[in-house]
Amino acid sequence: MSRRARITVFAFAAAGLAALLVASVVDLPAFGHYQGAYGNQLNREAVAERHTTNVVTAVVFDYRGFDTLGEEFILFASVVGVTLLLRRHKDSEDEESVLRKAPDDHTRSDAVHVGGLLVPPALFLLGLWLVAFGLVTPGGGFQGGVLLAGSLFVVFLAAGFRPYHHLTPTPWLDFAEGMGAAAYTLLGVGALLAGASFLHNFMGPGLRGTLESGGSLPLLNWATAVAVTAAMLLLFSEFLESYVVPSTRPLR
Amino acid sequence: MIPLQLAALLMVALAGTTVVLVRDPLRMTILNAVYALTLTILFLVFQSPDVALSMLVVGGIAYPVVLLAAIARVRSGSEHE
Repeated sequence: MSRRARITVFAFAAAGLAALLVASVVDLPAFGHYQGAYGNQLNREAVAERHTTNVVTAVVFDYRGFDTLGEEFILFASVVGVTLLLRRHKDSEDEESVLRKAPDDHTRSDAVHVGGLLVPPALFLLGLWLVAFGLVTPGGGFQGGVLLAGSLFVVFLAAGFRPYHHLTPTPWLDFAEGMGAAAYTLLGVGALLAGASFLHNFMGPGLRGTLESGGSLPLLNWATAVAVTAAMLLLFSEFLESYVVPSTRPLR
Repeated sequence: MIPLQLAALLMVALAGTTVVLVRDPLRMTILNAVYALTLTILFLVFQSPDVALSMLVVGGIAYPVVLLAAIARVRSGSEHE
């Protein structure tokens, strides 16, 4: 196909797409005039019912807690998948040979050293805050968990593979990942034992706008945070060990 | 639509176009993270802080990490195995 013909076809397709986009955007309700009945009802009732001031977290870990259970196991399954896929690369490799084969990526810049000392603790604290206060202000286990893992990625960036490897022992990560997912499920079973339906919020709503609000919701939130942090770190460690360690030069 | 929302939308359009126009995968990865940052600002301006936080951690941490690992793999592929 000639360049001219291709441009003609593209122009037609682009014009059609633009027309459809404009047509659909024009009919949208105005900003701030949400039409969904379910969302508006939750906005009216969630704070009174659960005493959590962040309705989004109440939806994720309570009203739609079962969906989050599914998402948690999607993450769990993908970590298991990556671990299995990359396993053949490090057959019969133990801890010592991993460390011996790792490239010398020791950083020599003072600025990077100072940044590496300042940034990870700050990010870690911010992650803990996002998880803990996820039911009071915007945040939650997923976002906080990724940030907690991100603070350790910075350790790798600033200090190299070996310090990162020492801070994140794989057996502990495996344990945390399994425990996070199991705790979420067991809290659901706990509701069954209390005589309610699966994952029903079986504890009192607590004091509104504090860390004690939401009943069993903060427990599910922390279980998710542990599972997500471990999952992100496991994925990163697997990538590092099979991609960076075998190479003969440091990751640039 | 208030000017702040318009500015946020324009930033997203600009950053998105830049990601597509760049050809080097490494630059593309970094620019994609910048694009995620503009989307985060967009969500914040449109009053969805929870979605903004999700966008920030996925687009700023999780996705670039996977892409960088893949790029490192491709670049070091000829030296082992």
